[in-house]
Amino acid sequence: MRVALNLRGNHALLTRANPLAKFAAVFLITLVLALSIDWVSATTALVMELAIFPLAGLTLPLLWQRAWPLILAAALGGWSTAIVAADSGAVMLDVGIWSISEGSLQLGLGFMLRGMAIALPAILLMTCTDPTDLADALAQKARLPHRFVLGTLAAMRLVGLMAEEWQTIGMARRARGVGSQGSPLQRLRAMLGQSFGLLVQAIRRASRLAVTMEARGFGGSQRTWARESTYSLLDIWVLLGGLLIAVAAVFAAVGLGTWSFVWR
Amino acid sequence: MAAAHAGAAVAVRPAAVSARGWGWRHSGRSAPAIRGLDLEICPGERVLLLGASGAGKSTLLHALAGVLGDEGDDADESGSLLIDGVAPREQRGRSGLMQQDPETQVVLSRLGDDVAFGAENLAVPREEIWSRVHEALDDVGLRPAGGGGAGQLALDHPTSALSGGQKQRLALAGILAMRPGLILLDEPTANLDPAGVLEVRDAVGRCLDKTGATLVVVEHRVSVWKDLVDRIVVLQPGSAAAPAVLLDGPPDQVLADARSVLIAAGVWVPGYVPATRARSTAGSGALLLAAEELAVSRERPRRRGFKSVPPLPVQEGISAQVREGQALTVAGPNGAGKSTFALTLAGLLAPVGGKISATVELSRGAGIDPFRWKADQLISRIGTVFQEPEHQFVTGRVLDELMFGPRHLGHGEERVDELLQRLRLTHLVDANPFTLSGGEKRRLSVATVLAAHPNVLVLDEPTFGQDANTWAELASFLSELLDAGTAVVSVTHDQEFSAVLGGTELRLDPAFGSGAPLEAGAA
Repeated sequence: MRVALNLRGNHALLTRANPLAKFAAVFLITLVLALSIDWVSATTALVMELAIFPLAGLTLPLLWQRAWPLILAAALGGWSTAIVAADSGAVMLDVGIWSISEGSLQLGLGFMLRGMAIALPAILLMTCTDPTDLADALAQKARLPHRFVLGTLAAMRLVGLMAEEWQTIGMARRARGVGSQGSPLQRLRAMLGQSFGLLVQAIRRASRLAVTMEARGFGGSQRTWARESTYSLLDIWVLLGGLLIAVAAVFAAVGLGTWSFVWR
Repeated sequence: MAAAHAGAAVAVRPAAVSARGWGWRHSGRSAPAIRGLDLEICPGERVLLLGASGAGKSTLLHALAGVLGDEGDDADESGSLLIDGVAPREQRGRSGLMQQDPETQVVLSRLGDDVAFGAENLAVPREEIWSRVHEALDDVGLRPAGGGGAGQLALDHPTSALSGGQKQRLALAGILAMRPGLILLDEPTANLDPAGVLEVRDAVGRCLDKTGATLVVVEHRVSVWKDLVDRIVVLQPGSAAAPAVLLDGPPDQVLADARSVLIAAGVWVPGYVPATRARSTAGSGALLLAAEELAVSRERPRRRGFKSVPPLPVQEGISAQVREGQALTVAGPNGAGKSTFALTLAGLLAPVGGKISATVELSRGAGIDPFRWKADQLISRIGTVFQEPEHQFVTGRVLDELMFGPRHLGHGEERVDELLQRLRLTHLVDANPFTLSGGEKRRLSVATVLAAHPNVLVLDEPTFGQDANTWAELASFLSELLDAGTAVVSVTHDQEFSAVLGGTELRLDPAFGSGAPLEAGAA
């Protein structure tokens, strides 16, 4: 978690864009892809997204390492759609109640590609955006209340700590004889006990962190920003890029006649 | 930004503190944490605050930092406590507070941003903030002006990769960037190893010499701060009759006048090592547990897609033996994998390489590898006391806590009474473990583990942050256990403690290229 959120060493172009511009671009792409269920628009978007990998400092091995559960889920979703969906067109495989036809295969493929095309922009965004910069942009540009934004940012740092704490508490409790063996009920009780222990520690840590922040003057109405969140020419390109991917996906699908709204 | 060190330095105006009959009762408590405090601190004075636990030292520091009084209407203040004649809450940034736990002294994830945080909150203009950040990081030695060298950390250095001592110095930099006239330190070095303690103490000294700010520090270990302060104030738990200040004067005079009082209160008075019970037997020396060429890590094998990647060990090639009635002390700097080794030895972590084997005397039919033992098999053979006692509390009552192990095992309940008495917990049987004092929690955590009657006792930094009384009790108790035949493995920086226990010392040094935090600029 902590490692994944660390942007050090990523000097790709898109790390310099304003997080809000990147966010808007991702929103545009996701919106369009959520409208249709055809495979052409998804493929178009997917190919274009893959093309901008280097701009965000993402590589295929890195993608697999971070997002393999998502990719597997998309593939599994596509496969089961292909099997279960109503048949249309020539039947290609028939095993009892499961059958794959041209129509259902197309639907399954569309489902899988769409899943990935929707997930990728979000992964790209996370790869090239530092949480601190995002908080700066949200507070300074989007004018969200700074107490809320900075409080959340500071709390997020504790999430990584809590992951370590969970492991430690687990060991500490095993050393007391609370094991993770036994019946499902016993395991559930052990799990609940461990969660309670974590909760106690989380509250202790959070209140100490709150004291630290308050003692550093946090919470006043007036505040300056050491890092100015700015827009640059790059952000216009980011927006145009997002728009281009969205529009290209729609045009390709409409042009090939595959566009179909999800609600139809 | 680069030429910032030269100009723009705003002079610090040292603060004066004045308490007149001041008292504070926390909401939900019947007795006040502190009452009847009369204290005048002149601008630029450096005060070490001592006293038994429960004397209200931390409450006073929190009040001076302006962070008390947010807990609702039920809290109660009496008398007056003023900084330069104004209430602390009404002047943000006039004082800066550092607390004990390094993890919660860091607010943001990048070094420079964290230092800037306080100055931002005080609405300091942007250019001025960065000049202050550079100056403060220079002052605490994390990013010396002039550049280069091992101590030079980048402004975007991740704060999570800092050592405990570095985190505390970072917190000091964040405080300095607010230019406070009063610096408040609440046991700033209690969680640090000896190198970290000196690192932080020296950084504080340098900064005070430079700014002339007033200092109030709370700390058990007097020898660390004695030469840096020019006044010691001893507080006592307040009552209607007695004033809160027991003694007040120059360090040498107070230490001479109040030596016995301070020793009785558990303060670590310089030159005094509490009396402990000496060992009377050498132990049978029968082998119980052996580690061979052990490699250890807290991380589990990581999944990268379909592949499983073994974690990078923090330490490898460790060989050690645990013998009946003998002590094994694990020493070395932070980041050397001492605790990780102890947890692996105790059957709580799987070895990354090498092996751990229990002899027949210890395993009694449970198998050779402690990591594979069931939880109830483990606790009657190897008991582990964690650094943070709260991690091990599993019930809501002291007595239940002690009975927990024996009830699971179905025997040994008769031993609980003896432990209660021996570790002075009898009057607390109905209390909630989480509400005990630090020393009581430590004694309870040792007692709970011993209630299962293990042959091997593993302790992780058992004396960290403990006062001298708890320290002496613990050392004497463990020497008794050793004489009775228990094997004791302790991870500790405390040389006096290991001297009491005797036995062998295993020294671990950070492995080359490990994930251990780099010590920067400690020299």
